[in-house]
Amino acid sequence: MGTAASPGIAIGKVLILEEENLDYQKKTIEDVEGEKARLHDALESSKEQLQVIKDKVEREMGNDKAEIFQAHLLVLADPELISAVENKIENEKINAEAALDATVEQFATLFANMDNDYMKERASDIRDVGSRILKNLLGIDSVNLAALDDEVVLIADDLTPSDTAQVNKDKVLGFATKIGGRTSHTAIMARSLELPAVVGVSEILDIVENGDQIIVDGVDGNIIINPSDDQLASYNNKAKEYEQRKARLAELKDLAGETKDGHRVELVANIGTPKDVKGALTNGAEGIGLFRSEFLYMDRDSFPTEEEQFEAYKEVAEKMEGPVVIRTLDIGGDKELSYLDLPEEMNPFLGYRAIRICLDRTDIFKTQLRAILRASAYGEVKIMYPMISALEQLRASNEILEEVKVELKSENIDFNENLEVGMMIEIPAAAMIADILAKETDFFSIGTNDLIQYTTATDRMNENISHLYQPFHPALLRLIKRVVEAAHAEGNWAGMCGEMAGDKRLAPYLLGVGLDEFSMSAVSIPEVKDQIRNMTLEEAKEIAQKALTFSTAEEVEAFLSNI
Amino acid sequence: MVEKKVVIKNETGIHARPASMIVQLANKYGAEVTLGKDGNEVNAKSIMGIMSLGVSKSTEVTVKAEGEDAQDAVNALVELLESGFGE
Repeated sequence: MGTAASPGIAIGKVLILEEENLDYQKKTIEDVEGEKARLHDALESSKEQLQVIKDKVEREMGNDKAEIFQAHLLVLADPELISAVENKIENEKINAEAALDATVEQFATLFANMDNDYMKERASDIRDVGSRILKNLLGIDSVNLAALDDEVVLIADDLTPSDTAQVNKDKVLGFATKIGGRTSHTAIMARSLELPAVVGVSEILDIVENGDQIIVDGVDGNIIINPSDDQLASYNNKAKEYEQRKARLAELKDLAGETKDGHRVELVANIGTPKDVKGALTNGAEGIGLFRSEFLYMDRDSFPTEEEQFEAYKEVAEKMEGPVVIRTLDIGGDKELSYLDLPEEMNPFLGYRAIRICLDRTDIFKTQLRAILRASAYGEVKIMYPMISALEQLRASNEILEEVKVELKSENIDFNENLEVGMMIEIPAAAMIADILAKETDFFSIGTNDLIQYTTATDRMNENISHLYQPFHPALLRLIKRVVEAAHAEGNWAGMCGEMAGDKRLAPYLLGVGLDEFSMSAVSIPEVKDQIRNMTLEEAKEIAQKALTFSTAEEVEAFLSNI
Repeated sequence: MVEKKVVIKNETGIHARPASMIVQLANKYGAEVTLGKDGNEVNAKSIMGIMSLGVSKSTEVTVKAEGEDAQDAVNALVELLESGFGE
């Protein structure tokens, strides 16, 4: 029915998060003071709601993320806004809803017309605050995710980052959404919150109502609405089995990623911010195979300073005993920064993104490289460049890195002079010349999400062609083998940091072709470790050879799923 | 009336965070405080007013205040604006 996005079984009452209908009637009024009082009540309620959200975000995600809500609170209390609405009520004798809506629109338009992208975007903040006040005027009880009373399963078209930021894990049992795939924001957040989720259930909003009982099966991707007693009993069992299995896997935490015949691989985690280290450690990650540094740049209104970045990298390096691979800034594509004006493009995934931006904006790149190098004095830090498609880009990146090293030396700042430098392999051209690239790198990490997208020419966000986005495509199996062999030929190691690395069905194949490092969402580590610990390297090699003999993705998937 | 001119130094000008800091500081004073740029003058207690000035780096702004604690308000705001908002 949908895509299993985060494992586990959630059974509970449906709460639908939807766009509320904010239609109101414009009315002529006589009681001006009464109307103003209504306005002030709505402002007061809005203020209380926002304060709750702000406090929660501040507590759990830090001051940075809460700043935007502080600004929203100040908009609510803005004397110019309030007096403009009051004047409208008084002079035009219209109800508070109409006066507020017109005023908010005036302010928003003022911002939307400014010739600065950052200010233009503030128009949506103003409208956001305006709709909150309007909802309170209309008496619409908007769902406050941060302060839910009952346990619920959230159902939505999609969840926004601000929705997931507010989720209280004690009250939210799981998610099901209409859109999205395994790599959508909702799916990634669900895994990091360790909540069961099924995404891409296209009919979900037509078939559920608030208060329905629902089962979200994040193991197999099923949704059952108002289950029968039999179904409920069977899923209660399945939930219990899942919990038991999870407990058993938890016992693997301190064991090595090692086959029965003693072949060791590294099982490491993908993270976005230092906060994710905790989950990585709980799940037994030996290191970080992908630190998505772009998260330090997102949800803010200016570039993070060298000092801010240094603190974040250092924190992770100190908390992890093993290696920490920091990927340099990967923005563009579907990831935008409000304060960096990027041109609109026809094909953003094939456009100005990641290293292509960094080699152009060397000021941004150098600041980051300085911060990473400084952090390398505090742990086993490695640098990884994203989106390299040709040797020239690798060389240009390394030249800038050398310049930064010289600068740091002249300033007598400590860093690890022997830190390893590698690159992502996510573009087919790079995979094909992996033998050449291996000579000038220390390691590769195969980024499968983009590699599948580019190899099969399939936009991973496009639902109409999602069946063509095939991780089991024979082309992918061949590319992966080629990259690992190219790395080994130069004495380098090869890892993988896309979703494929966390799919336990693929583990025997990856092991069999010699992959050295598997980097994945922390929650996937125990399952993959379990798989690896229950086979020999010889068996894995045989499976890999056999897998390479099939002609279609379907055949490969069927073979690997039934081992 | 107390009045003083300041040149904005921080890289990104007066965006949301600095504007929030200005409003919160201005709200501590009873005086009427305004911020002016190129002949436009806005209420320094209004976040939207301040942001709508569109102040970027190296712009000169005028801080004005009128009321009992006007001198203190101008001093405090000028100090904040000159500090580059801790950026």
